[in-house]
Amino acid sequence: MNILENQIFGADPWWIVLIKVVMIFVLLLVWTIFNVWYERRVVAKMQHRLGPIMNGPFGLGQALADGAKLILKEDFRPTKTDRWIFNLAPLLTGTAAFTAWAVIPFGGEVRMFGHTTRLQLTDLPVAVLFVLAIASIGIYGIVLAGWASNSTYSLLGSIRSTAQMISYEVAMGLALVAVFMFSSSMSTSQIVEAQALPIRLGDFNTGIPGWYALLLFPSFIIYAISMVGETNRAPFDLPECESELVSGYLTEYSGFRYAMYFLAEYINMATVSAVATTLFLGGYRAPWPFNQIAFLDSGWFGVLWFVIKVQLLITVFVWLRGTLPRFRYDQFMHLGWKWLIPISLVWIVAISLLRAGQNEGWFRGPVFFVVLGVIIVGLLAFILFGGRKDDEPEGVSEVTEGDFDAFAGGYPVPPMPGQQLPELVSVVPSTLAYPDDNPADERAATTNGADS
Amino acid sequence: MIALVTAAQVAFWALAPLMVLCAIGMVVSRKPVHSAVFLAGMMVMLAVQYAALDAPFLFVVQIIVYTGAIMMLFLFVMMLVGVDSSDSVVETIKGHRLASVLAVLGFAGLLLFGIGNAIKGPAAGLEQANAAGGGNVPSVAELIFVRYVFVFEATSALLITAAVGAMVLAHGEQVFPKIGQKLTAARKMRAYAETGQHIGPRPNSGVFARHNAIHVPALLPDGSVAESSLSQTLSSRGAYIDAGELRAPTDAAFAEISKVTDNAGELE
Repeated sequence: MNILENQIFGADPWWIVLIKVVMIFVLLLVWTIFNVWYERRVVAKMQHRLGPIMNGPFGLGQALADGAKLILKEDFRPTKTDRWIFNLAPLLTGTAAFTAWAVIPFGGEVRMFGHTTRLQLTDLPVAVLFVLAIASIGIYGIVLAGWASNSTYSLLGSIRSTAQMISYEVAMGLALVAVFMFSSSMSTSQIVEAQALPIRLGDFNTGIPGWYALLLFPSFIIYAISMVGETNRAPFDLPECESELVSGYLTEYSGFRYAMYFLAEYINMATVSAVATTLFLGGYRAPWPFNQIAFLDSGWFGVLWFVIKVQLLITVFVWLRGTLPRFRYDQFMHLGWKWLIPISLVWIVAISLLRAGQNEGWFRGPVFFVVLGVIIVGLLAFILFGGRKDDEPEGVSEVTEGDFDAFAGGYPVPPMPGQQLPELVSVVPSTLAYPDDNPADERAATTNGADS
Repeated sequence: MIALVTAAQVAFWALAPLMVLCAIGMVVSRKPVHSAVFLAGMMVMLAVQYAALDAPFLFVVQIIVYTGAIMMLFLFVMMLVGVDSSDSVVETIKGHRLASVLAVLGFAGLLLFGIGNAIKGPAAGLEQANAAGGGNVPSVAELIFVRYVFVFEATSALLITAAVGAMVLAHGEQVFPKIGQKLTAARKMRAYAETGQHIGPRPNSGVFARHNAIHVPALLPDGSVAESSLSQTLSSRGAYIDAGELRAPTDAAFAEISKVTDNAGELE
């Protein structure tokens, strides 16, 4: 029985698997320490500061010292927290962060101690879905942390985080569908190899590898946005925004358990970048001019290209953090559900029509051009004459006459516009946000929470 | 000689006891969140069993859909209950226990016959099923999108209906129009054009170094209270600090200073 459906990965002896596991573990730990330093230095450059420079060469020792401090700190649990869940949560998130790297390809085939093996722990026919599945287990750690902490800030942070990650996982999954359709595989190594084929313009071979970031540009953009949302990073770091929620779900955590979350956040940042690299940026294969030289595009050089690409994506994360202010929560959800998901759906349908059409030969003959013409005319008409509605929203404008009846129609009802709760008469004047525009009314709107 | 064991058997004997423990833990836990965590753990282990049984697609889908989405929604609702609460065992619905026992018996019967059938009958084996479509994923796809496509679509229609129904039930009619940033800006501009009202944000409460509480009004340059720095609720209750009281320390200090400068002027 071979669950891998792939002889190369099934054939590794156990000690090679062990070496790969240890290498991934060490690499992720070292990379995280490096990234903490890297982020602080790059953000500092963007803000005309120096960042950590005092300890070690280039200040590299600072991240190491910070990590050691976290591990050596007293690790206490506030009273009235739920003991089991409070301990379990960081372990879940930390473990999930490492596990996702099992299917990420670092390089192609190499010789290792006399064995031919691939620089990838394992591959599955559903490897990309495996990453999504592991990410959804990682969310458990965050949800449970918020609940177990028995603190309002933590709970609100974890609710935000969960809603955010679930929503953006949908958009992320939809962005991946187009990649699956183009590469006709969900295995990471096969997707990378599918991108190595050069783009052809007619009969001319450009030599540029067919990265899906070029071929499926909208999918790449959607993935790039949702990967920032998925990792709770700025500008989407609402779960831990200091101004509202102290530290969100990890407010009550300290010491080693906090370190687990910290580690997981940085590894997740690398994970989504690695998935983006693998699925859209050609993975471990060399970028354009270098892919012409076979030596640079094979064996251990794959690790170099892979790490460079992932590090560049992490730079983008840092750049975003240094540039953009935080989103408001409702705007963020609006972006995810009302823009990213519908756009991905339309894009997937368009892509599948294109693929099916190419296979069936729909794009030849007059019918296709007639349909295309109709669509273009329709779009033009919409753009020119469709227009937008007036900016003033149309609410229920009639003001209900008469005093407020709490049981109008036999059911308990809230006051209608123009009516007022009797117990509030002496407290708030009955000027509600509606619809005339004098400033006193807007004040009332703010105090009533109608101002969004 | 060692008997040949397959990975599936190892996985089964390693995970099955844990799964049973998790299932029991789910039933006997007092806190709903603990139950949910036990159930989620059991689902993940079930997924690993699928993987060991040569069904990688089912493995990830089990985790993504059941553990990642459905269980998460459950947990989401239960989280709002709070850490300290635990289940009450008072029977609220009459005949609840009896009905539960009957349902359990019925379900056990179903399981018994279902599993019995599977054991007694000849098994085709998953390898054969996978070979039909050329791999696990294509075989599953063929079953869902070719053979059972109508059942699949009907199920999805049912789920969408349920979701739409839930949204209709939860939908509240918007009594007041939603005032967005754009509309607010437009209104401010209009107010400025018509009445000359300040376009920018209203002043904060409490501009003195010693007070920034919400019930402390901001003062204008001439020492009068800036009405718009106060919450209307507070000002209509009269629950704010008097401006004169606020000004008193400053006035006293200022008087001291001017006395000194007057003296200094005399000295010169």
